[in-house]
Amino acid sequence: MSSSTANEASGPSAVEYIQHHLHNNSIGDGGFWVVNLDTLFYSWLLAGVLMYIAWKMGKTMTADTPSGGQNVLEAIVEFVQQQIKDIFPGSNPLIGPLALTIFMWVFLMNAMDLIPVDLLPSLGQLVGIHYMKVVPTTDLSTTFALALSVFALIIFYNIKIKGPIGYLKMFLFHPFGKYLIPVNIIMTAIEEIAKPVSLGLRLFGNMFAGELIFLLIALLGGASLLGLLPQVALGTVWAIFHILVITLQAFIFMLLTIVYLGMAHQDMEEH
Amino acid sequence: MSITATLIGQIITFAILVWFIGKYLWGPMTQMMDDRKKRIADGLAAAERGIHEQELAEQKAAQHIKEAKEQAAEILAQAQKRAAEIIEEAKIDAKAEGERLITAANAEIEQEVNRAKESLRAKVVDITVAAAGKIIKKEIDAKAHGDLLKDVVGQL
Repeated sequence: MSSSTANEASGPSAVEYIQHHLHNNSIGDGGFWVVNLDTLFYSWLLAGVLMYIAWKMGKTMTADTPSGGQNVLEAIVEFVQQQIKDIFPGSNPLIGPLALTIFMWVFLMNAMDLIPVDLLPSLGQLVGIHYMKVVPTTDLSTTFALALSVFALIIFYNIKIKGPIGYLKMFLFHPFGKYLIPVNIIMTAIEEIAKPVSLGLRLFGNMFAGELIFLLIALLGGASLLGLLPQVALGTVWAIFHILVITLQAFIFMLLTIVYLGMAHQDMEEH
Repeated sequence: MSITATLIGQIITFAILVWFIGKYLWGPMTQMMDDRKKRIADGLAAAERGIHEQELAEQKAAQHIKEAKEQAAEILAQAQKRAAEIIEEAKIDAKAEGERLITAANAEIEQEVNRAKESLRAKVVDITVAAAGKIIKKEIDAKAHGDLLKDVVGQL
C-alpha cells in the first residue's frame, strides 16, 4: 500500500503512512516542552539561505548594472515597499524589513511543500532519521511564532503610539461608545486576540491541508499500478496550484502584518 | 500537532532574521533604489533643461541670423546708394570738366582766330602796300600814309 521506502519500515497502512509523515522529529517529554528538530532544522536552513542571499546581494548590488538576482530582489523589495506605502500610515523603519522577512521566509518555508513528499524523509531514513516533517509552516509552532511576534509588536506599537491610557481607552470605548463598556472590553479583546490566532491558523491550515493532499495523492500510486496515472496527473495539477497557494499565503501573512501594525499606528480619536 | 517549545526557537530565529535582513538587504537596497530614483529624476530634469536651453539657443541663433541679414541688407542698400552717389558725382564732375575743357578750347580757338586775323591783317597791309607801290610806281611812305592804311586794314 505504501508508495515509498519511507513507510516500509513503519508498516504498509495508508493511515500509518500519513501519520508517520505528520510526525515531527522531536525531543522532549511531551506537553509544551518539546522541541521539533526537523522544523527548526529546515526553518534555520532556509533562514540561513535568506541571510546568505541578503548578505551577498547587499554587498554586490550596484545601482547602474543590476544583475538578474538583484533585479528579482529589487522587484520583491519594491513590491513590499509599495504595499507598505499603500497601507501603512506614517513611517516606521522596522515595518519594511519585517514585512520583507515574513514574505520571503514564509514563502521559502511554504515552498518546501513542493519538494516530493517522500524525497527528504526517505533520505533521512537512509541515515537513520525516522521522522521528518519537511515543511516548517505545517508546524503550529512556526506559524504561531510568527503570529505571536507580530502580536507582540501590535501591542508594543499600540501602547507606544496611543499611550497606555489610549490603549486602555480603546478597550473601554471601542466600538460602541461609553455606555457599553463591558461589551466593548469583550469585543475589543476578541478582536485583538483574533489577529494572531487567525494569522497563525490560516497559514498553518493552508499548508497542512496542502501537505495532506500531497500525501493522499502520493498514496494513489502506491495503491496499484493503475493509480500511477491519476497520481501523476493530480500531483502535477495540485503542485501547480500549490505554487499559487504558497505565494498567496506568504503574501497574506505579510499584508495582514502590515495592516495590523498600521492599525496599531493609528490614533484612535472618537468613534 | 500542538504548540511546543519550538515556538521559542522560531521567535528568536525570526527576530534575528528580521534584524539581519533589515541591516544587510532592506536598508542598503532601499537606499540604493532611492539614490537611483533621484539620479534618474535629476537626469531627466537635466535633459529637460538641456532641451529648453537648446530651444533658447535656437531662438537666439535665429534672431542673430535675422539681425545679420537685416544688417547685410542695410549695408548693401547703403553701398548701392553710395555707388549711385559716386556715379552721380562723377557724372557731374565729368560734365563740368567737359564744359571747362570745351570753354578752354573755344577760348583758344578764338585766340587763334584773332591771332590769325591779326597776322592776316598785317600781311594784307604789307601786300597792299607792296601792290599799291607797284601800281603807282612810287614808294608809299608807310609812315606818311599810315592813317589811310589803317583805315583800309580796318575795313578788311
